[in-house]
Amino acid sequence: MASMNTGIVEQADQIFVVLKGAVVSHLPTILQPLVSAIISVIAVVAVFAGLFALTTVFERKGLGRMQNRLGPNRVGPFGFFQPAADGIKSLTKEDLVPRAADKIVHFLAPVVLVAASFLGYAVLPVGRNMVVTNLDAGVLYFFAAGSMVELGVFMAGWSSHSKYSLLGAMRAVAQMISYEVPLVLASISVIMTAGSLSTVDIVAKQAQYTGTIAHWYVFTPWGFAGFILFMIAATAESNRCPFDLPEGESEIIAGYFIEYSGFKFALFFAGEYLGMLATSALAITLFLGGWSAPFSFLAWVPSWIWFFAKLLTLIFCFIWVRGTLPRLRMDQLMGLAWKFMLPMTILNLFVAAAWRFVPGGLPVRWFVCAAMLVIPFALLSRGLRSEKKLQTRTYRFAE
Amino acid sequence: MVGSGILKGLAETARNFVGSYASEERMTTVEYPEEKLPRIEASRNFPFLVFDGDDWHAGMRCVSCQICEKECPPKCIYIEKSTDKKPDAVGKLQNYPARFDIDISVCMSCQICVEVCPFDAIKMDNAFEYFATDRFGDLVLDKQKLSRSNEYYHQIHPTEAANVDAELAAARAKAAPKPAAPAAAAAAPAVAKPAAAPEVTASTANKPAANDPAKESNG
Amino acid sequence: MTILFLILAVLAIVGASAAMAFRSAVHAILALALAFVSLAILYLSLDAQFVGFTQIIVYVGAVAILAVFAIMMTRSDSAHHHTEVFSKSWLTGLVLAGGVFTVLAWAVLGDKTQHAAADAPAPVTTVTQIGEALMQRYAFPLEIMGLLLTAALIGAVVLAMPLLSNKSGAKSVTKGDAR
Repeated sequence: MASMNTGIVEQADQIFVVLKGAVVSHLPTILQPLVSAIISVIAVVAVFAGLFALTTVFERKGLGRMQNRLGPNRVGPFGFFQPAADGIKSLTKEDLVPRAADKIVHFLAPVVLVAASFLGYAVLPVGRNMVVTNLDAGVLYFFAAGSMVELGVFMAGWSSHSKYSLLGAMRAVAQMISYEVPLVLASISVIMTAGSLSTVDIVAKQAQYTGTIAHWYVFTPWGFAGFILFMIAATAESNRCPFDLPEGESEIIAGYFIEYSGFKFALFFAGEYLGMLATSALAITLFLGGWSAPFSFLAWVPSWIWFFAKLLTLIFCFIWVRGTLPRLRMDQLMGLAWKFMLPMTILNLFVAAAWRFVPGGLPVRWFVCAAMLVIPFALLSRGLRSEKKLQTRTYRFAE
Repeated sequence: MVGSGILKGLAETARNFVGSYASEERMTTVEYPEEKLPRIEASRNFPFLVFDGDDWHAGMRCVSCQICEKECPPKCIYIEKSTDKKPDAVGKLQNYPARFDIDISVCMSCQICVEVCPFDAIKMDNAFEYFATDRFGDLVLDKQKLSRSNEYYHQIHPTEAANVDAELAAARAKAAPKPAAPAAAAAAPAVAKPAAAPEVTASTANKPAANDPAKESNG
Repeated sequence: MTILFLILAVLAIVGASAAMAFRSAVHAILALALAFVSLAILYLSLDAQFVGFTQIIVYVGAVAILAVFAIMMTRSDSAHHHTEVFSKSWLTGLVLAGGVFTVLAWAVLGDKTQHAAADAPAPVTTVTQIGEALMQRYAFPLEIMGLLLTAALIGAVVLAMPLLSNKSGAKSVTKGDAR
């Protein structure tokens, strides 16, 4: 009986892997690797594009509820076909290109952006044995793909020949460069502990259990701090509220993609959401144990369900934060990146190293490492606060 | 410590999120085409012509004095005087408008026509669901499309309409010839009628006004 | 010599020469980014993952973006500056480039391991190996590099410092100017 149960669990867990294997096995041997790769890519593109559509409607409904509104509820049951309506709208809209625009760069910008956004998904394991490619330097690859997004943003902002788009691009690039540093530093603590750059290995390291509790890095003090820091940096990287200065609807309307309309606008929108989903997925991979269950008695739930459940939870957190916090000012944004995030992530690296060498049992380690993080955090926040002296503002030219 | 304010804010939005599913009172949204809020009495949109009784033409209060036409800042009113005369709301023989057009694409809803009208013949409507398929012809309303019953006026501006009715009744009583008792008796129902009007309004409240311009342009 | 190599080589050469030929500085940088990316993919096709990804992160993600940022900060429209594509000292440049190419070609052709490597399978280098080499054998050079970069960073801050400290003094000057 027990073995049959495990058989079913195994089948449910590996259903997509088995299906792909069945399709591929009918083909001649030469074609097999190619077709297998194509199937994986199509699956990833379809699933995450669908998830993007779902996220837009979830976001609008969730934000509405947080503001005691209903949100979209007209198209389909509970408004869930809203993305279809939006998609049709953006497809049928006129594609406007400003006369002064640099036509070729203007056209290439959304292509580069979306392509770069999709590239990162290749190394994200969405389930047990479910990853497009297991690269030896997977995390490095992810950040390399992410750094191409900045180029797309710049191309869009510069080629539009508009002040707003240039301002938006400058803000976006400055912000993305600044927050890439804490993003990478926060993930280095995990890489250091796991001893591998491969996303599959990192997840495999976390999918072990002591008693019933999994070895997720988020359950350690440095992992928890790293996760929070990573998510803050990820929010800034994907230009989301409260770091949405590059878009800043109230000041520079849509920022770098202001001069885009129709489907190209939708591509920018998709690129932004795909970036958010990708960094969330990386956060899950690095800190939340990827596709593994938090407790060993829940391991029967298929791994891909765990992954997507975690992804949806993180997306909800993004929406929640967006519904709560107002936009930062540019100097506050930079101050947060360089004066708070950078010291904290570097400190976190040391704590992650110390976690390995602190003697004593788990509680002692936990206490020592947590103290190593909390005390500097309290001091740092006090220091940052005392710096702020409110004074009457003087205007240089208005008087 | 840095971050405590953020946590407080997150708790607030979480309360809203959960609360919006738990209690209906939180939601302020009115789902417009299905649900409608009552029209606000003090709001105004475009002017209409008031008539007494059932016949819009016979009961029209306007005597085509053309003051509103002259005062209208954007000059959206066009009036042609009639050659013959008919009794007005008070009972005196007066001219009536042979043509009374308002171009509501020009009208700026300033209410000056209403303020200057000595006969309480033109009032502001607060219906807002207008539409037109022809942006030139359909937006010029003629006197038939403009006319609304006194009951409708009571319905949208109850207090104001009651005052107007009281004044008109006083004017009628004054204008009525003193010795002729039958005339006074004839005036009595006229006085009594406006007093009864709110009840009529209440019963016809759900029915659309007979000459709703939205309905007219619909056809 | 596969098709992939040919495509990438052509892309890299086209990108690099376009970077020289374009008048607009932004176009030149974008072309350069294309060359960088094709070089990175070239490294990847040679199983050098670490170098390939680092190439993208450093050259596309940092160098190209930094250059682009400098352009955005300084001049709005470079298309109006009609400078000659060929500089006046092109002959000197040609001689220098020829010299560099000769030295490189001499070094490559004189390398004895090259002939042996063509037959033997390429050595598999993992990121772990690179990391161990950097942390053990080359730890000292790595530290020196770190020191150098830190010094450069501090130098940049020192250069920017006078501007910051003069700010209060400059304020009164601009105030006077405004009046």
